[in-house]
Amino acid sequence: MIDRRMRGWLHAWLLLLPAMALLALFTHWPAVATLVDSFYSTPRARRPSVFVGPDNYHQMLADPIFWQALTNNLWFALGTIPTSIALALLMAMWVNDRFPGRTFVRMAFFTPTVLPMIAVANIWLFFYTPQIGLLEQVRGAFGARAHNWLGSQDTALAAVTVVAGWKDAGFFMIFYLAALQAIPPNLAEAATLEGASRWHFFRRVQFPLLMPTTLFVLVNAVINAFRMVDHIFVLTRGGPDNATTLLLFHIYMVGFSFWDTGYAAALTVVLLVSLALLALIQYGVLERRIHYR
Amino acid sequence: MAAVQARDDGAGQYQPKGKGLALETAAAWVLALLWIAPLLYAVWAAFHPPEFSSRFEPLAPLTLRNFARAWDAAPFARYFLNTFALVTLVLASQLVLCTLAAFAFARYEFPGSGIVFALVLAQLMIMPDVLLVENYRTMSHLGLVDSIPAIALPYVASAFGIFLLRQTFKQVPRELDDAARVEGASGLQTLLKVYVPLGKPVYLAYGLVSVSYHWNNFLWPLIITSSVESRPLTVGLQVFSSSDQGIDWSVICAATLMTSGPLLLGFLLFQRQFVQSFMRAGVK
Repeated sequence: MIDRRMRGWLHAWLLLLPAMALLALFTHWPAVATLVDSFYSTPRARRPSVFVGPDNYHQMLADPIFWQALTNNLWFALGTIPTSIALALLMAMWVNDRFPGRTFVRMAFFTPTVLPMIAVANIWLFFYTPQIGLLEQVRGAFGARAHNWLGSQDTALAAVTVVAGWKDAGFFMIFYLAALQAIPPNLAEAATLEGASRWHFFRRVQFPLLMPTTLFVLVNAVINAFRMVDHIFVLTRGGPDNATTLLLFHIYMVGFSFWDTGYAAALTVVLLVSLALLALIQYGVLERRIHYR
Repeated sequence: MAAVQARDDGAGQYQPKGKGLALETAAAWVLALLWIAPLLYAVWAAFHPPEFSSRFEPLAPLTLRNFARAWDAAPFARYFLNTFALVTLVLASQLVLCTLAAFAFARYEFPGSGIVFALVLAQLMIMPDVLLVENYRTMSHLGLVDSIPAIALPYVASAFGIFLLRQTFKQVPRELDDAARVEGASGLQTLLKVYVPLGKPVYLAYGLVSVSYHWNNFLWPLIITSSVESRPLTVGLQVFSSSDQGIDWSVICAATLMTSGPLLLGFLLFQRQFVQSFMRAGVK
């Protein structure tokens, strides 16, 4: 009896071994090593890495680019998260109805999701280009003054935020659409019998039932807001004057342009801790307000 | 999920009619056109001579020369090969590893399973996309820098895949499992004969999500590769468009369409499966 149970355990562990070994090597170990390295100096040619305590974090507090990257990232998150979620919900409500060309419309919303960000960023780059770009041509036709959207400190961050929202909305739409279609049709029948308006039905029935989806989408949107930097490489490379430097982009620059790995580790710790905190807040606060079916 | 597929008939009682429907249709169409405008523009620029790249004349001559020029200007054939190899390697290893691990979580009871599962889920928050510096160091210790396996390895043990398949396997009726075992099948044989075939739609869903993610992935491949022999398309495209080609929009648009082409084509052909796969992957 005991022998059979032990055999079962052994089998389970053997099944898990390959996946757990790789997870340990490329997720758990690097996460711990990042934390440890953040307290060590960057090894240089003649100076091996030494323990420096919180020096890297002191450097961070004094680093104006870090603060700017953090602020930029918060604005970027505030710009993308609510708009992409609201747009996704609106899109899902629309393509859930029957109307001529629904298949095309749904495809159009979803297409940005399957395209590589690095590729579409090239197209957006041209869209924003001064003088010959599409945006400037349209504005020019209305007699507006020429403007360099990506080259100006005032508009560059907004310009890259728009691209991110455009890419995310169609992706999130899919989850709302799935959830909308899973709402039992008899609820709508009951609501019409009660004489509820469409808005009332949305506000009182659909929206509350979509809350688990909204939480799921929100968590993904937050992660994306701190992970999505591909388009920065094409559109601005963090400029002008760091106006579009996001946290992960700053980590990339510090770690792989300046090769200051100790400081990059400290920055990574901050990014990981912020993501974990945000996740805890979202699950802790929102979970309690959600009615699960 | 059957309910989702069957009820594709609109909003039921609240389906708008008459003026409301016309208004909604118009609004949806405007937003949809706005949404694919960048893509439509890229198609225009790629298929017309450079002098028309920012002039829209309906009778402008069509051409394929931009594609030929892009193809000649950078080793795109090699990049395509690398991306195919990468996507295949990642997906094949993910399917094997995640299936084995998911089976252990779904059908075995063993001490520590809760903790181990929590350790797996940790990857959903601590993504390989963020652990760039340490993973680069590990790869250089392993002597793998600038190789395709180095791009793939951090993503192979996918928490998302394990979670998705575990949920699927848990829904397989116990009786099927027992029946196979009575006939003398071992654990692995049961997995292959009973569980894997029943999970087919989930495998398809996961496969599509994984392929499009790794086809499009950029930052980690950018860091870990440095030569034409291992660069995937995304990195190749960035190297190409940030070099002196940078001015010729027609060629850039052609290269852009070329790199996203296979994925876009696959998406257009299998639109329904794509959309439903993403739904399935997210809903679970």
